Amino acid sequence: MGGRKKTLMGMAALMLLTAPTGAQSWAADGPDTVELGSLANHYSAVTFDHAMHVGVAASCAECHHHTTGLAPTDPNCVRCHEAGAQAQSVACKDCHSDKRFSAEDLEKTGGNPQLYHKGKPGLKGAYHQKCLGCHTTMGGPTGCQDCHTRNDQGDAFFHSGKYAPAPKASGGHGGGH
Amino acid sequence: MKKLHRRSFLKGGLVGGAAIAAVGTSKHAEAAGSFGGYPDSMGVLVDLTKCVGCRTCEAACNKEQGLPAPDKSFDDPSVFEEKREGGLPRRTTEKAYTVVQKYDVPGREHPLFRKVQCNHCNEPACLTSCFVNAYKKTPEGAVMYDPTVCVGCRTCMVACPFYIPAYSYSSAINPVVKKCIMCYDTRLKFGKPPACVEACPQEVMTFGKRKDLLKLAHQRISEKPDAYVDHVYGENEVGGTAWMYLSDVPFDKIGYDTHLGDQPIISYVKEFLAIVPMVLTIWPALFTGFHLLSNRKDGLKNEDNKS
Repeated sequence: MGGRKKTLMGMAALMLLTAPTGAQSWAADGPDTVELGSLANHYSAVTFDHAMHVGVAASCAECHHHTTGLAPTDPNCVRCHEAGAQAQSVACKDCHSDKRFSAEDLEKTGGNPQLYHKGKPGLKGAYHQKCLGCHTTMGGPTGCQDCHTRNDQGDAFFHSGKYAPAPKASGGHGGGH
Repeated sequence: MKKLHRRSFLKGGLVGGAAIAAVGTSKHAEAAGSFGGYPDSMGVLVDLTKCVGCRTCEAACNKEQGLPAPDKSFDDPSVFEEKREGGLPRRTTEKAYTVVQKYDVPGREHPLFRKVQCNHCNEPACLTSCFVNAYKKTPEGAVMYDPTVCVGCRTCMVACPFYIPAYSYSSAINPVVKKCIMCYDTRLKFGKPPACVEACPQEVMTFGKRKDLLKLAHQRISEKPDAYVDHVYGENEVGGTAWMYLSDVPFDKIGYDTHLGDQPIISYVKEFLAIVPMVLTIWPALFTGFHLLSNRKDGLKNEDNKS
């Protein structure tokens, strides 16, 4: 139907406008790609192929927990979160703080005895735990630079590439006297 | 009237003195043993099940602490195969305050990675063993070291149950002890987590108040009893540590010493140490007195001879 196609086109245009924040509230369709640029000091932004992953994942809830209106896949989560209405936002960054362990974050998580999700990972932790966890079991890429292209600053940080230490002539590392 | 013999007088005195000493030391031991760490001190909970061995924490530590360039790049996994004397995995050095070790556990699908650094004990053995008071436990939880008063005796290196303090043997002029300070002066005292914690992509480490972390650790175990062994390493070990660990493999299989006991190291030597001041202060005066008494007769005799 033409109407639906137009809506999709409109959504795609909107997505381009709102990039690189991406991951808006996208109803059931979702964006095709999401730019993840929070590690910009050491790596170039990762262009996450959302459309491809939609095809691979068994359910949206594999990554989006209970926010897409589907029941979560983790039996422990199902104890409270059953299938229900879609959440206002399904974006990772709207629940997982990019300022984890800041004073405000610690006050919010540690200071509230009623809070159940005390150890909710920050944005970086959430991405890596989800992505790497699934990639490990599904045989996806797991090396840092399989997803991230490291920049010059990153090379300096890891003392790698052109910043790599010169190999030791005597190879006397930890070899006694 | 019954005559008071010299022997019975000394006997009574000894018994009485011993009783006073015993009461004194036991009271002292009770008071000192009740210190369970500063109430609002910070800590780090390390979930070993999440670590993938990327060594970003090592790179972050190197940068934050301004340490010298490493021997190998921080993305070089060959360091995991390095062994020191006795086939033991690499440990913290003057150039690396934290190192990641790799353990191939039989039956486990992937290797287990373990980050090693100072555990920042509630009652640190390094601190109590140091006779110039170079160490300090801050209310925020960090165990700090002051190189300006250190005399280089390295007793702290012997005392540490986790083999953490390293020594700058490379410096001939002013060798000092080098160890993790939980990024105290650049981050912790401003309420920020250590650099390694912030850098970790997997959020293996959770930073927060130690008491909150303990609740979180037990919550994680009870939520996923199959994913963890039912033990929080560092909750009670050597009186409790600021850095605590969760694992899916029994801790003794991955290099943790599970025979350290729950008492701070100081409690094993506290009673002995309580006697030291008494020996140093009372004995000289006492025995000088005995000596003078026993020589008094000779002195008097000499005076008699003169007159």
